[in-house]
Amino acid sequence: MSGSLLFEAIVFLAGAIICVSLAKRLGLSSVIGYLLAGVLIGPYVFGFIGEEGEDIMHFAEFGVVVMLFLIGLEIEPKNFWNMRKSILGMGGIQVGLTVALTYVFFAVLGYQWQVALTVGMAVALSSTAIALQTIKEKGLMNTTFGSSSFSILLFQDIIVIVMIGALPLLSNTSNSEGAEASHATTTLIEGLPIGLQTLAIILSVVVIVVAGKFLIVPVLRKVAKTGVRELLIAAAFLIVFGISYLMEFVGLSPALGAFLGGVVLSTSEFKHELESTLEPFKNLLLGLFFMAVGASINFVVIAKSPLTIGGILIAIIVIKALVLFITGRIFKLKLDQNVLLAFSLAQVGEFAFVLLSFAFQLNILSQEQMDIMLVVTAVSMSLTPILALVNERLILPKIGTKESVKRPMDHIAKSQKVILVGFGHFGSTVGRFLRSHGVEATILDFDSNRVDFLRKMGFEVYYGDATRLDLLESAGIAEAKLLICATNKVSVAKSISKIVKEKYPHVELMVRTKNRYDAYELLNLDVNNIYRETLDTSLALASDALHKLGFRKYTLNRQVHNFIKYDEASLRRLASEPKRDNDYIFKARKEVEQQEKLLENDFKRGIVAYDNHWDSEHIRKILENPNSNS
Amino acid sequence: MKKVLILFAHPKFEKSRANAALIERLKDKAHVTFHDLYEHYPNFHINVQHEQELLVQHDVIIWHHPLYWYSSPAILKQWKDLVLEFNWAYGPNGKVLHNKTIFNVITTGGSRDVYCSEGYNTFTINEFLRPFEQTANLCGMRYLPPFTVMGTHNLSDADLLNYANQYEQLIDLLQGDFNASRLSNCFFLNDLEILTV
Repeated sequence: MSGSLLFEAIVFLAGAIICVSLAKRLGLSSVIGYLLAGVLIGPYVFGFIGEEGEDIMHFAEFGVVVMLFLIGLEIEPKNFWNMRKSILGMGGIQVGLTVALTYVFFAVLGYQWQVALTVGMAVALSSTAIALQTIKEKGLMNTTFGSSSFSILLFQDIIVIVMIGALPLLSNTSNSEGAEASHATTTLIEGLPIGLQTLAIILSVVVIVVAGKFLIVPVLRKVAKTGVRELLIAAAFLIVFGISYLMEFVGLSPALGAFLGGVVLSTSEFKHELESTLEPFKNLLLGLFFMAVGASINFVVIAKSPLTIGGILIAIIVIKALVLFITGRIFKLKLDQNVLLAFSLAQVGEFAFVLLSFAFQLNILSQEQMDIMLVVTAVSMSLTPILALVNERLILPKIGTKESVKRPMDHIAKSQKVILVGFGHFGSTVGRFLRSHGVEATILDFDSNRVDFLRKMGFEVYYGDATRLDLLESAGIAEAKLLICATNKVSVAKSISKIVKEKYPHVELMVRTKNRYDAYELLNLDVNNIYRETLDTSLALASDALHKLGFRKYTLNRQVHNFIKYDEASLRRLASEPKRDNDYIFKARKEVEQQEKLLENDFKRGIVAYDNHWDSEHIRKILENPNSNS
Repeated sequence: MKKVLILFAHPKFEKSRANAALIERLKDKAHVTFHDLYEHYPNFHINVQHEQELLVQHDVIIWHHPLYWYSSPAILKQWKDLVLEFNWAYGPNGKVLHNKTIFNVITTGGSRDVYCSEGYNTFTINEFLRPFEQTANLCGMRYLPPFTVMGTHNLSDADLLNYANQYEQLIDLLQGDFNASRLSNCFFLNDLEILTV
């Protein structure tokens, strides 16, 4: 089934669309859908995809890299540093204990110690792709369960480098040479003394950090200035590809490098733009990855020794879950969080494919041992979403101490999210005033020079085109309470209003407009909080002018508010009128006449109609001539 | 010479004939500060620190206002609420205003005879001003009876000029060494024998 590229693409895409929408319809995780699609199109069911499944898997692993880059974007360096204890502690305990227990298990079964240890190492690693994708899909990233899972997975990403480095030591020296030769071509640090290896690792991390700050961000600014949107997509991929290449070159995990790159860029103004650009690609690549896993399940091997495989599978999952549970206990996770952790990381991950095939090349494992373990890995990954489902529907409801996803915030400013679009003179005044009340708005602006400048001033400003739904989404519109549109481009204000009204009607819109004609259109979009930039300032000026001519300030103040009230009322009346041009102008003229009349009346009656109580002359007149009705 | 602060509160000063006459010559008088609250704070956003500094700098304070619904216009209540802070104007450490002199200058449309137990307003002006009196007491200030211009609707320009003269004489008197014992038989400060009518 070597088929054309087009045919393969059709098979994958169709499989994904059918199976994932089916899974979603049944209320299951999309991961299950992808895995099922993989099984179906794989060599043992319909046979659309044969041996090339492995190549696809290799390509699709890039989805994991992109995912870690995106996760890095969400973790600021400060938070990452705060996580160091849980990364080292939880990760260390989990990997150490799992390797030890698995080793004992296989040793008892009578395997050679090298085999037992290799399998132990492979088994200790969980699947970042499956676990994190599921966690993110359920929105649990901010729970203790989410961050614990993440810590452990990150530690595994780091420790796998050590494992790959250690594997050759387990093999018989005579056989290892060939294998090592095949690997030495790809990585730089193998063969170097340990000290230099460490140095190379540290150096590459430093390169990423420095490049992020002084190369990537300035380049992104240049790209942003061109205003060509697809260039930014290209730049985003260039970053991820570049980091991956560098990491593979020195022999580190590309996922780890991408994560670091993400962390470095998480404080830059391009955070949300990069997120929204890469998100769809990441999901598709991961989907491809899951399908490749499904396709790689070797049903022939299963059919040959179903009992052995079943036994090993169950034992491994039990060992992993047990170790995770103990780890969670040591780190004082609440029961429900701990159970979630134990279930969601109990699978054997994608790194096992790498370790196992490498160990096979090194003659540590026999063909049969490798095949069995590969099947165990693939099946355990496929079982994860099913286990999670069992946990969710049958076990968790009985535990009850569910940690709420959203922790109660102690301050109004933090719990109520505000998005501010446009940070020119108008928007920055709004932003400064909000900030003086502890409300930190998420600011979006389309002028990269200004974004750069304002970030230096300490504002949280992001670059991007706010008329794009995905950018608004990554800025957090789903949780936002207010969206303030302070841009001077009325067309932008209108399209944002349309999008938000349609997709996120719960978000309250507050929009700056130039004049009454723009206001009409916004009113007709059902936007009620409209701020005409020409209204208040002009009246303030007029009021001050009258004051200089001798009018009293308090009277003027009341009169200004009256004027605004009349004007708003007429604005709303006119907006609801159908717009036939002639008629419209006629109506507008009539409104103006009416307004003039009202004001004139006020003036005759003593400036402000209902302030007569304060006017002793008025009272005097009535007292003198009680029958007149002035 | 003692310094006098006139805290003036009239939302429609431009329409008040009586107050225009009363204030006219005081505006530029030496050692008298005329402070127009509605003009200064059209949004009721009173600058507390500035107001407190003014109080500290003066010895005699006058609440000058028309009587609206048996009390002052709203901004004077706002002024009291904001400026007379706890532990500044009163309370254990609130001694800043101690021994300062304070009183109301009132204009009313109704004449003096409607403000008594037999009149339709039932109570006297002094009874309606009790909250001001007690505010002064709590702040350790010497509260004087009010100076009143009543029945303004029926006053001629000559009458108003007379009142304005009395008001100025009263301020002159207070700026010198004023003997409080002269107040013993006063219901209004207008009744001081020394003020020529």
